[in-house]
Amino acid sequence: MPIHRPRPILSREITDEGLYLDRRRFLQGAAGAAAGLALSGCFGAEEVSASSGAPAPAQLVDVPRGPAEFQTDESPTSYADATTYNNFYEFGTGKTDPAARAGSLRPKPWSVAIEGEVGRPGSVPLEELLRPHTLEERVYRLRCVEAWSMVIPWIGIPLVDVLKRFEPTSKAKFVAFETLVDPEQMPGQRRGILDWPYREGLRIDEATHPLVLLAVGMYGRELPNQNGAPLRLVVPWKYGFKSIKSIVKIRLQESQPQTTWSQENAREYGFFANVNPEVSHPRWSQARERRIGDLRKRPTLYLNGYADEVGSLYRGMDPARLF
Amino acid sequence: MQRRHERLLHFAVVGVLLVPLVGAAAGGLLDRLGANPVEQLTHVTGEWALRCLLLTLAVTPAKRLLGWPGLLRYRRSFGLLAYTYAVAHFSVYLVFDLGFDLGFLLEDVAERPYITVGFAAFLGMTPLAVTSTRSWQRRLGRRWQSLHRLSYVVGVLAIVHFWWLVKADELGPAVHAAALGLLLLARRLPARSGR
Repeated sequence: MPIHRPRPILSREITDEGLYLDRRRFLQGAAGAAAGLALSGCFGAEEVSASSGAPAPAQLVDVPRGPAEFQTDESPTSYADATTYNNFYEFGTGKTDPAARAGSLRPKPWSVAIEGEVGRPGSVPLEELLRPHTLEERVYRLRCVEAWSMVIPWIGIPLVDVLKRFEPTSKAKFVAFETLVDPEQMPGQRRGILDWPYREGLRIDEATHPLVLLAVGMYGRELPNQNGAPLRLVVPWKYGFKSIKSIVKIRLQESQPQTTWSQENAREYGFFANVNPEVSHPRWSQARERRIGDLRKRPTLYLNGYADEVGSLYRGMDPARLF
Repeated sequence: MQRRHERLLHFAVVGVLLVPLVGAAAGGLLDRLGANPVEQLTHVTGEWALRCLLLTLAVTPAKRLLGWPGLLRYRRSFGLLAYTYAVAHFSVYLVFDLGFDLGFLLEDVAERPYITVGFAAFLGMTPLAVTSTRSWQRRLGRRWQSLHRLSYVVGVLAIVHFWWLVKADELGPAVHAAALGLLLLARRLPARSGR
């Protein structure tokens, strides 16, 4: 598949950080300090972590935009919302737990083990993993299996470029990923809510599709811990749980890997987890979603709106079985 | 004097139980409910509907244990609080999740078991709220008590509704289920003699 690469647009040309200024801070100013003070007893803690709790991660400057056909022009979710409303059970099951508790994660130094059906296996420091590549920005829709969605300007590199360097063998039919296990750094792992480590996987043709990103940043900065620092997957046409965070292991293999949520409940979460408004989760509808920042819901798009790009990967397969 | 103190206490207890509702409403108006305010409103109102219902069911066993007949007055207040939260819970769902679309409501009730049981719990509470007045109590006589045993069924439905919507962390529903289980067991306590 030829990928047309247009003139790179620098991220600073497009994403003015001021535009991400969260609507809440704006409204707070409007609502007046008195009302804010009266409520701070009940709601203060959440706001602190939202705006001033952890220092903002380091900036990644002059990151060019990726291919135009992979970008959405929808306006990004506010930075505050994207960093305080997270599913990252390694830090607790509440949506605000990761923002409040992920400070214990140490994303530096970090290394990633590349294993299995590759010509050059080994453990690679993150800096070395990234060095030969050029970071780019991609604005993607993110659709959670819980029927909410965001628009995130990610910074990363195509997974396919990284995989190629390690020379996959002809037996490499699947790619398996693992998140760090360390209850000291990830206090949510002290409870056996999921079978740690968190594991995810893709078929090799999915993993090598140019839409798939290995992300190291978002909103012009390095990834905040609660968003999967320092290295996470982004697979925009699948439900968010496929986009595994804080990756320590990438394994190429011949058999389909076991994945965390399908192991937890195979009837509700499959290996493919393709976004599909026609296939309901056994307990709730997937036909509509709430874009974070909106009150009402909107229709969900097949393959999260990326059907033109990745629909051909599933030719001849029954979409109803690709949940 | 004693009566006045009791009334004040009763008033204060009801006021405290309304704090989450007022807080959620104010937080919603000031946009201080986090990234997904609708979800937050839904969770707060749903959880407090269940908690007030459990308090309602706790009154009779507590009265038996403590032997304070004045407690009985709290039962109606707690029940009506539970219904208030349930109405708020259902309204948030109807307005923001369904956009007043009754077709979506019917589809949800028919096809999503956790919504089916939640809706059944809401419907079950409605006649209990309506007949909670003294005049209905008199009018129904002995049948009033039978009717209001429905609150235990509503409690079970509410727990099932809660349990069926969590993804993996079942601690919340489990704690509430344990409380309901204890209250059902407490029904078997003998009435305290001599009171």
